Parts: sequence; structure tokens; C-alpha cells
Amino acid sequence: MQETPPQPAPIKTRRWNVSLVWIVPIVALLVGASLVVRNWMQEGPTLTITFRTGEGLVANKTEVRYRNLVIGQVTSIKLAEDKKSVKATVRLSKEAESFASEDSQFWVVRPRIGAGGVTGLDTLLSGSFIGADAGQSARRAEHFTGLESPPPITYGEEGKRFLLSAPDLGSLDIGSPIYYRRIPVGQVISYALDADGGSVTIEIFIRAPHDAYVTQNSRFWNASGIDVTLDAKGIRVDTASLAAMLAGGLAFRSPEYAADGPPAAQGQRFELFADEQSALAPPTGQAKFIRLRFDQALRGLAVDAPVEFMGVEFGKVVAVKLDFDEQKQSFPVMVDAVVYPDRLGPAHAKMLKALKHSPDDEMATARLIGNFVEHGLRAQARSGNLLTGQLYISLDFYPDEPAVAVDLSERPIRIPTVPGDLERVQERFQRLVDKLSQLPLESIVTNLDGNLNELRQGLRFFNRQTLPGLQTTLEELQQTLESANRTLADDSPQRQQLNQAITELRRMSRSLRELTDYLGRHPESLIRGRPKSSEP
Amino acid sequence: MNEPPLAITLNLCLCHGCGLACDMQGNPQRCVRCGAPLHWRKSDAIARSWAYLLAALVLYIPANVVPVMHTSMFGSSGGSTIIGGVVEFWKGGAWDIALIIFIASVGVPCIKFLGLSLLLITTQRHTDWALRQRAQLYRFIEVIGYWSMLDVLVVALVAALVQMQELGTIEPRPGILFFGLVVVFTMLSAMSFDPRLIWDGATPRRDG
Repeated sequence: MQETPPQPAPIKTRRWNVSLVWIVPIVALLVGASLVVRNWMQEGPTLTITFRTGEGLVANKTEVRYRNLVIGQVTSIKLAEDKKSVKATVRLSKEAESFASEDSQFWVVRPRIGAGGVTGLDTLLSGSFIGADAGQSARRAEHFTGLESPPPITYGEEGKRFLLSAPDLGSLDIGSPIYYRRIPVGQVISYALDADGGSVTIEIFIRAPHDAYVTQNSRFWNASGIDVTLDAKGIRVDTASLAAMLAGGLAFRSPEYAADGPPAAQGQRFELFADEQSALAPPTGQAKFIRLRFDQALRGLAVDAPVEFMGVEFGKVVAVKLDFDEQKQSFPVMVDAVVYPDRLGPAHAKMLKALKHSPDDEMATARLIGNFVEHGLRAQARSGNLLTGQLYISLDFYPDEPAVAVDLSERPIRIPTVPGDLERVQERFQRLVDKLSQLPLESIVTNLDGNLNELRQGLRFFNRQTLPGLQTTLEELQQTLESANRTLADDSPQRQQLNQAITELRRMSRSLRELTDYLGRHPESLIRGRPKSSEP
Repeated sequence: MNEPPLAITLNLCLCHGCGLACDMQGNPQRCVRCGAPLHWRKSDAIARSWAYLLAALVLYIPANVVPVMHTSMFGSSGGSTIIGGVVEFWKGGAWDIALIIFIASVGVPCIKFLGLSLLLITTQRHTDWALRQRAQLYRFIEVIGYWSMLDVLVVALVAALVQMQELGTIEPRPGILFFGLVVVFTMLSAMSFDPRLIWDGATPRRDG
């Protein structure tokens, strides 16, 4: 500091040579440095995420969000070397470090109209962002492959995953809801064709706490769409919710007979049934095959038609084939059916116990059936639904039927048949018609004609002769009645005479009474005569 | 050229507070009229000026790096720095607004940094180069000093006006605080500088 006072002023000397004002830039420096340090401390990991397209991604603008909280930003977007994808470089914040774990998931959130509804509408205005879900793994990664669609299960939601085996996917899709007693409790999260291409494995997720309802015995079925069934039982229409109708859906439940079971473990595999009925059907047990031969045509008997025993359904038709009988030169119908004796329930169990019969012993089974046939077991194709003409097979006992020998060595074992109800009616009617046609109708008619002629002649005679006689008789009768009337009239002399006669009679009877009274009092007068003193 | 005598030669000192020319004989420390401390020159002028200038320079870095405001419109949000805003306006075709912001937030502070540095360096070197121009430069710097506050005002105004909840909100961010400090410190730096020092450097020669 150059000051040129002629007289140096001692007042201006300071305690220190260094001015306190230097604190100001030092503080400024500290503030700046702390900012840098804080920034550096907050710097999270930098990741590269590969997406199929860069749609909606903008460098330095697109955010990475977790539960809609910004945890990072896209800093640059580049085309991958092979030009088949884009690489987005993402800088995460410090607290989002766990998102660098190798099983983290990233996806672009765009407006999406899917089975489950419309999602990501807010991104219409704000632009897309990258959704993130932290993984559990402790290992870190720097390169990720972005998902094309949001993962259905995010943010470590609690629940269990299960696998379903199905012959086909049906109308299911990722995100299709899963219902338990019509309450949505989970969804389909993935599906894949099995290695052999023969079936589909569907992975589902059931949210806690509903996952506890999935037990070892649970049955899953497809609740998609409208299930219209037309069979021997008539028309059935089954629907789940409207959403499931449109988007497809699954449902599960434990069947009544096995309601309690231990909860299923994560990843357990279940079979996916086509509908609720088949899913909740009792366990099929061991399948037995039977063969039936019908001599009449079986129009309306379709494959899958039910087979019933005493009215209980326990199997189904698997094949309907036409056969040729050389001896009779006819075309009988061969019906192959599979039956599940276990479905008969207690009856089957008790029977096994009583007969000490092992279901695995085929010969014994054959003998048992042979025994039944001796007692009249017959199969019959019955009409289940008159409207549709669908037939079903009924096994029942007909003790009156003639005995039929059963070939015990034949496989599948053959159960003799009886014609169906309708056929029987038809048959009887036919017989009746036959008999009718055998009647000597012509002679009957001739005779009847002669008889009628005679009848007509008799009637004519009657009209001509008998009726006029009758007429005169009636007239005479009328005259008689008229004369009688006249006789009885008030002013007729006969009537007056009659009145006088009656008066006389009354007088007579009075004197008679007096006489008898007198006689009662004086019986001696009969002999002595009346004393002169007495009154008459 | 007969110049009037300098205050120092007459042993007079001008009071900063009331402008009274005090007689410095007997070394009075305070103005006899208003009681303000008396200095021949602003005390520690160069050091203070440097200190404030350096502080302003240091703070100018975060003021430009850290976003000054945060805009969220229709769900899309983002922070913008001063230069970012200028570029955005320029790209958007509003070159006039971009120019105003640029001048207020970049031009003026930079002119002040350069000008003050130049003044301080030359004064320290006691050169007699362009004395009059340097004095003009100083006055210019003092005049434009507060115009840099334009940015701070804009942010404060916009942040107060655009508060439409979901539709759009603008919030100030720390950058604007740093920028405000930059302006304050440059002004302090200019105030701390004593323009008489410009002439002091040349005085001995003139005297000689």
C-alpha cells in the first residue's frame, strides 16, 4: 500500500498486516469447494442401458425414476456399435447406488394401453422416463439391457411366484389378472413355450397376503372370455369379470374335498385346467377303458360325452367308431370310453374293501365287471338333451335283460349294451304299428258296413211303426189325466158328496167314541142296558 | 501549469462522512464535526478490493454451474443454468431476450472483473498510464454494478408469479444465490477501491 503522507499517521496502523477482509474470499472458496465436494459425494454410479429404440429418450432430460422419485438422469444416448440398439448412459444419484446391482431392471415408461388398462398417461405430457427397479444382488454391474415393457412385479412386492403348465396360452397375456373368489390377487408375469414345444409354462405372481390361499391342492383354471358349453347337459355360459372376459384371466381355488392343505411353495408347478368344472372335479384316479358295441346308430354321441354309472358321471367317451359285423352283415357302433372308478367316491372305495380287490389287478377288474354283467349291468346310450339330441352313455343294472357272456380276456373289456330309451320307444311303436297293419281291416270294415245297414233298417221300422203308437198312447193318457182333474175340481158334485160323506164319517166316529167312553165307565150296560138316569 | 495544492500538502484530510476538510495537525482520529474516523485514503483499499473481487470470482463459478432455477411444466421438469437459459432463448428465436440476459449475467460481471483487475493491477504498479481513462473506467464500473442484479430480479419475479401447481411451477435454485453474491461482492470490491489511488500513483512524478 503506497500512501504518501508527509507525516505518517500512526492511527492507521493495524494490529495485523493481513486484512480481515481476506476472510471473505476464503469463505467463498470454502463454499465453492464444499459444493464441489458435495457434488462429488452425491455422484452415483454411471450405467449404460441398452434399449431397442431411443423413443422418448432425451439426453440430459429423461429421468430415471423409482416409485416416481427421480434417482438419476440420462446423460447421453448413443447408437450401439451393431446399430441394433441404443445405449443410454445414465447417471444415478448417490442414494440410488443399489440400482447398480446386476439384477436391477430398467424400462422405458411410455403411455401404454394394455390388457390391464391404460398406464403411463402422465408421460404424455411430461415425456417418457426410465423406470427402475432395484435388484437384490450384491454384485454390481455397469451394463444393463432395458426391458421393452414394464415388469409386472416391481418394487419388491411381496408374494409368491408359481408355474402353470397349460396345453396352450389361450387368451392370456402378461398382466392378465388372477382371481381368487373373483378378487384379483395376482397376475401373469411371463409365459414361455416348453422346450419340446408341447405345452406352455405360465409364470404367475400372487400378491401377499393372498398367496397363502394357494395350497398344495389348489386348482388353476382359465377364466378367460365367455365359456359357452353345449353338451349333454345343455347350454352353459360361464363368465368371469368383464375385464377377464376382455383381457383373459385365471382363477384358482382349492376344491371342496381338499380345502385345507399346506401352502404351496414358491415356484411350485400346477396344471392349468381349461375351465372351473374340470379344475374342481375330483381327482380322476386310475383310468380304465371300456368298450361298448351298439347295434343302432348313435347320432348325437360325441367324443367327450359323459359316461355315468347309476347317474354319477365317472368317465367320458374317447372314440366313436363304426364296426362291421360279418355274421349279421350290419354296422354296429363301437364306443370306447375311459372311466375313472375313483370318481364314484365312497362306493368304489367300499367295493374295493369288501371285495379285497386291488385296482391294479386287471384280471380281477375284468372278473368284477363280468360279475356285474351277470347281474344285469348294461350300457345304454341315453338322450341327455332332447333339444340338441346329445347322447350320453349310462351304465345301469337291468336285471330282466337276458344274460350275456362276457369275454374276460378281451381288452378293453366289453360291456354289453341295451338299446336306448328312445330306441325302445321307437321299437315298441314299430311293433304296434306292425300289429296294426296285420289286422284284417277290410273284412272288419265290410262287416261293420252290414251291421250299420241293419241298424239303419231297424231304426226306420221303429220310426214308422212304433213311434205313431206311442203318440196315441200318450194322448189317451193325457185325456185320462184331464178327467181325473175334473173329478177332483172344487165345484164338482163328486167333491160335495165326498165332503158330506166325510162329515157323516166324523159324526159317526164321535158317537162311536162316546159309546166306547160310556162303555169304559159302565161296562155292565152291555148286559143290563143303559140306566135311565145316565146321560146319553 | 500551476496546479492547486493537494490536500496532503496542506495537511488536510477530507472526512468521508460529512465532507469536512479536517486539519490533520495533532493527528486527530475522528472528524471534529461528525465523529467519523478520518483516513487519508480508504483504508486497505487495494487489499479489500482484491479480496472481494476474488471472492466474487470464486462464487461466479458455482453461479454458472449450479442451476439458477427449476422449471416444471406439465410434468416435465428441469433445472436451467444461466448460460443454458441464454442458449435456450437464443435457439428459441428470442435473441433479444437472450442478449439482455447474456449482457446482464455474463457481460456485466465479466466487464467488472476485468475492469477492476485492471484498475487494481495498474494502481499497484503506480503507473501513470491512461490515468483519466482509468478514472472513467472506475466510474463506469460503479454505474453498471447493480445492473447485474437483473438476473436475480427476473428469477425472483418469475418464481413468485409462476406457481400454478400442477400446470407449472418455477422455483429458484442455489445458483441464483451465488450469482447474487457475485454481484454484491463486485459492488463491494468497487466500493472498496479508492479512485484517488489512481492519481496517487502518478502524483510523485507530477510533483517531481
